[in-house]
Amino acid sequence: MFFAFVLYFIRSAEKGKKPFVRRIAGIDAIEEAIGRATEMGRSVLYIPGILDIDDIQTVAGLVILESVARLTAKYQTPITVPVTYPIPFTIAEEMVKGGYLHAGRPEQYDPNSVRFVSPEQFAYVAAVTGIMLRDRPAAHIFMGSFYAESLLLAETGFATGAIQVAGTANVHQLPFFVVACDYTLIGEELYAASAYLSGEPKLVGSLKGADLMKIAIVTTVVVGCLLESLGIHALTLWMTTQ
Amino acid sequence: MKRELPLAITAAIGVFMILSFFVPHQAVSVPADFLQASAIIVVAFGYVLGGANVLRVNFDGIYKRQPDWPYKILLLAGLIVTFAIGAIDGVEQHGGFLDQGTRSKWIYDNLYSPMSATMFSLLAFFIASAAFRAFRIRTVEAGLLALAALLVMLGRVPVGDLATHWLPAPARLGAIQDWIMNVPQNAAKRAILIGAALGVMATGLRVILGIERSYLSGEE
Amino acid sequence: MPGLEVLEKLDRRWLFLIMGLLVLEPLMFPLALPLTVTRPVQGFVDAIDKVPDGSTVLMSCDYDPSGIPEMVPMTRTAFRHLLGKNCKVVITVLWPGGPGLVDSVLSEVAREFPDKKYGVDWVNLGYKSGNEAVMVVMGQGIANAFPRDYRGLDSRSLPVMREVRDYASFPLLVNISSGYPGTKEWVQQVQARFHLPMVAGVTAVSAPEYYPYLQSGQIRGLLGGMAGAAEYEKARGEKGSATRGMDAQSLGHLFVAFCILLGNLIRRRPAEARS
Repeated sequence: MFFAFVLYFIRSAEKGKKPFVRRIAGIDAIEEAIGRATEMGRSVLYIPGILDIDDIQTVAGLVILESVARLTAKYQTPITVPVTYPIPFTIAEEMVKGGYLHAGRPEQYDPNSVRFVSPEQFAYVAAVTGIMLRDRPAAHIFMGSFYAESLLLAETGFATGAIQVAGTANVHQLPFFVVACDYTLIGEELYAASAYLSGEPKLVGSLKGADLMKIAIVTTVVVGCLLESLGIHALTLWMTTQ
Repeated sequence: MKRELPLAITAAIGVFMILSFFVPHQAVSVPADFLQASAIIVVAFGYVLGGANVLRVNFDGIYKRQPDWPYKILLLAGLIVTFAIGAIDGVEQHGGFLDQGTRSKWIYDNLYSPMSATMFSLLAFFIASAAFRAFRIRTVEAGLLALAALLVMLGRVPVGDLATHWLPAPARLGAIQDWIMNVPQNAAKRAILIGAALGVMATGLRVILGIERSYLSGEE
Repeated sequence: MPGLEVLEKLDRRWLFLIMGLLVLEPLMFPLALPLTVTRPVQGFVDAIDKVPDGSTVLMSCDYDPSGIPEMVPMTRTAFRHLLGKNCKVVITVLWPGGPGLVDSVLSEVAREFPDKKYGVDWVNLGYKSGNEAVMVVMGQGIANAFPRDYRGLDSRSLPVMREVRDYASFPLLVNISSGYPGTKEWVQQVQARFHLPMVAGVTAVSAPEYYPYLQSGQIRGLLGGMAGAAEYEKARGEKGSATRGMDAQSLGHLFVAFCILLGNLIRRRPAEARS
């Protein structure tokens, strides 16, 4: 059902029907943060989460990185991307390189801007907080999957006075980012970000499909609650997985 | 072709792996297992690239005498020494380089473990500073949030029950935090989880269908 | 108020110092605050109690040294609980930094049971890279995913592994995890797919994430952080490191609550007074 919805809206987008997407303040704040870093003559620090490429949040984080790199290239602001795992590292290099290429400034790409640090969670934290305190980037962008390191990174970032934008679908880390960052993308906003940033109708169409599926789920939940309240268990039993 | 071939491979493998989740037949599960095992090997090779980058970035920093270059020497020394000791121990112990009494085990017990635990424990201090600095009660909603936070925080530790043991059982902090965790917290969490899960599926589908292709590098 | 002005400009290192002292004090002079066993923890205990004596249980310890204070007490008590029921235990680790630590903890507990032999009553299959991929491969055969154990022995040759084929060989999965890969992945890849009943021990900060699984019955019981571990120790009549740590955690929580209130008190003052 979900695939059908998504494919339908992608198809209708191809035919020229561009769906509406609401403003996402957190994503707009990314450009503001990069602009501020440019004004201050300092760099931007981008963290695509701490997981490997098999986590879809890392994919989302890396896709957003391309747009961020395009902006940093446009504003001629250095970007630093410390990465935890080797596969996201190679993709991050491609993303940053691609961003500079699309911005028409391939010669400005610094091969040392994307750095492999360590898959070890707290070794990574030590390295990134070190970068925050020594290099003093003016903007910190956290997009991807985060765990216990979220508050350690965001609080250290706050102490340096940087503008911070975060986005994660790891619900238990959201409170830490909300408290310590200026803007936070919550849950699915992270996945919607790449479509929002590119503005490409086909990508936006897939968001519409997900929205329709959500309506279907909400309807099922309401109907299920009503049926259960009336003592009819057929739907619940049909949904049970074990 | 440079873009079409990777997109075709991505689509084929993606659809096949989705299929393997629903079809337990050997014709699907055996190749799917092979692909999973292959992925593990590819990832292992990826570490060579990662290691090379660490060496390049840090040697470069030392050569150019960047402001923090002495730290880079320490980092490279740590990397090379740990790797060398692991390799030597691995040969001597026939792969069991973390067996009791090895030098690698000593590094693990006396350097790695305490450093890791120390970094994690910093969280307690950072939570206190974040609570003091940023947990602002500006609106009624923020007030409710703060109230819920206080109730859960105190209800989850013995001191909460000790302070309210004279109240009837359902009014004790432990029972109140249990209700908050099970009802409002769970409901909100489920809503975010459902949204995030749909986002995961939509992103996955975009990658499989080749609509999301920016990860394939910027070169056309 | 001059006092509040000082507090407004308070260096956060003072907060760190107070927090440090509050945690240290009860560790040196225990307060012995009373503990209550909550429903998720009781569910964990009951699920293990219901496992038939002598059966083989899968236990995955997915953490590394950063999780020692929360994860190790859970591992100790659960492993002791299972060995006490004469269950055979097959242990896996999906975190690269974990096998050495997990092996030390298990060996220490196993020494309390002189009749239990490594390879016969329990085996540590060690670490395997691949996260969810390993979980899926284990579904086709545990020994396929772990041909050798942590000590380098051929796992198929070990007596404890003779009856073990795939997930169907286990009545229960005990997962102690402090992040990714961990409980969420075991639920998604194994519980949902192979219908293996499971219980979980997780960090306090991530515990709320697993309540939906607990409520749906996909997880039979849940230990949340040090508090969960301490309640588990209480339910088993033990007094381990989690029970001792709970006093420190109580004071820590009190201090954080105090910080929230104090921070708001300071910032509620009129802007003119603050400027």
